[in-house]
Amino acid sequence: MTAKLVLENLKNRPMRTLLSVALIAVPVTLILCLVGLSHGMLEDTQRRTRGIGADIIVRPPASSFLGLSGAPISQGFVDFFQKQPHVKMTLGVVNQPVQGVTLGATGIDLAKFSAMSGGFTFLSGGPFRQPDDVIIDEYYADEKGAKVGDHLKLLNQTWRVCGIIASGKLARIVLPLGVLQELTSNPGKVSQIYIKLDNPANTQQVIQQLKSMPALQDYPIYSVEEFTSLFSINNIPGLKQFVWVIISIGVAIGFAVVCLSMYMAVLQRTREIGILKSLGGSNWFILRIILVEAMIMGIGGTILGILLSFGAYWLIHTLVPASIQMVIVPSWWPISLAITLVGTAFGALYPGLKAARHDPIEALAYE
Amino acid sequence: MNKSPIIQTRDLRKVYQVGKVDVPALRGVDLAVAPGEFLAIVGPSGSGKSTLFHIIGGLTPPTSGQVSVAGQDLASMSDADRTNLRKRTVGFVFQKFNLLPNLTARDNIAVARYIAGMDSRPDPEFDELLRLLGINERLDHKPSALSGGEQQRIAIARAVVNRPSILLADEPTGNLDTENSKAVLAILRDLNRRLGQTILMITHNPEAAAYGHRTVHMRDGKIV
Repeated sequence: MTAKLVLENLKNRPMRTLLSVALIAVPVTLILCLVGLSHGMLEDTQRRTRGIGADIIVRPPASSFLGLSGAPISQGFVDFFQKQPHVKMTLGVVNQPVQGVTLGATGIDLAKFSAMSGGFTFLSGGPFRQPDDVIIDEYYADEKGAKVGDHLKLLNQTWRVCGIIASGKLARIVLPLGVLQELTSNPGKVSQIYIKLDNPANTQQVIQQLKSMPALQDYPIYSVEEFTSLFSINNIPGLKQFVWVIISIGVAIGFAVVCLSMYMAVLQRTREIGILKSLGGSNWFILRIILVEAMIMGIGGTILGILLSFGAYWLIHTLVPASIQMVIVPSWWPISLAITLVGTAFGALYPGLKAARHDPIEALAYE
Repeated sequence: MNKSPIIQTRDLRKVYQVGKVDVPALRGVDLAVAPGEFLAIVGPSGSGKSTLFHIIGGLTPPTSGQVSVAGQDLASMSDADRTNLRKRTVGFVFQKFNLLPNLTARDNIAVARYIAGMDSRPDPEFDELLRLLGINERLDHKPSALSGGEQQRIAIARAVVNRPSILLADEPTGNLDTENSKAVLAILRDLNRRLGQTILMITHNPEAAAYGHRTVHMRDGKIV
């Protein structure tokens, strides 16, 4: 009977119900998009790093795992590592931001990269043929509407697209190593070095051996697995706090929307509350009706928020597939539901208690 | 009518506070109603009859005095106890029907059973009552689709569905035309005769009051 009372109340004011559900859905979408973007960006970086085929990564001294600035490592190290035991091949690359922090170009020796990773899968075009050639992945090509033979403006230069590759290895924009070194005034320098071993089982042994060398004391040296595992929300400075801020906003909006909506509903239904009390409805019975109604709106808002996050996912994949990666994270659906229900429960509490405390005589006299 | 009273008040007083002013609504009411009695309370507006109705129905506590309903002392009851009293001991019929507008007639009756914690098993006696009330064909309609007379009959059915000891009717014909008024009053009298239902009815109308066994008059918060 409680369910019937609640459903009839919701059906009786469809616009109020729909608006409340839509407003509750907004923070749910915000939370799911933020989480989806965080996971998407990190997973994309992990996937492209693993796609290189290396076992060990050597980073510049005092560098963060998150990004690189310039190319401070002498290219001589690439040859040095090549001579170490168990090392099968090495690859020095130059990283250069192109568009904020989300998109960068990588300079490589294509032949060495192909040997290490198995090579790019070209969807159209092929390898570099001239110094101003650029290889781009399918997402960046989509985002820019570029085809092989088109010209792109990057890093204040005009480049000819020589090949479009399947995404998933190294970078979205690939330039010839020497050209990028010259362009960034880093001749003979690289940003980081990838090392492939004769057997991945030797990874820790080689890392220990390299770390024991005095000349490499200040260089962060990671196995690829260790390096990619660093890409988690907990390891990105401020991201976890930012997620919490958005969650708090979600709870606050859910609280405010439900509080206002249920407050209005309680006012409109004062007489009905009086009727229920005259029939012997207890304070808890009245409060329960208000809480259940708010919870149903919260559940509706969460479902709508999840659907809207699919809309956001589609928009991002359609409009900026290379710059921003978003994934749908179903494990956050119950979390966002819990967040919403906390907000709605608190939001419904004041109007619910107000309703429960109505004097039945005054409520019955309410016009 | 020589049984012990089912409703008894002694020196019952109620004072409402309006702002900082005390407004006495009842000024010492002594009343005894026997089980199975159909009592009409008549009086002008402001005479205190609605306040008496609200106190006997457990909707508000008295300020002082004694009031006993079906053997329970209302003066010493908590809010929760008075809520329980309204579940099964008293049933209300209001002038404005006071049906829940979003529910069908059937659900309006069912909600009273649900609140009282009664099971929802079919009750042949109650089904018979619905037929007597002439509403058994109208149960799946919402109040907005029912006439005033039909709404009041639904309200009566809701009031008696839990077999309360006392039926309190506050101007039950106040919003009805003559024909429906007579029908509703006849139903109340029938309930009283057939089921021995104790009825306390507030009315302005002497013709309506004539349906009761006895009429008491109120003025200025007292029975006169």
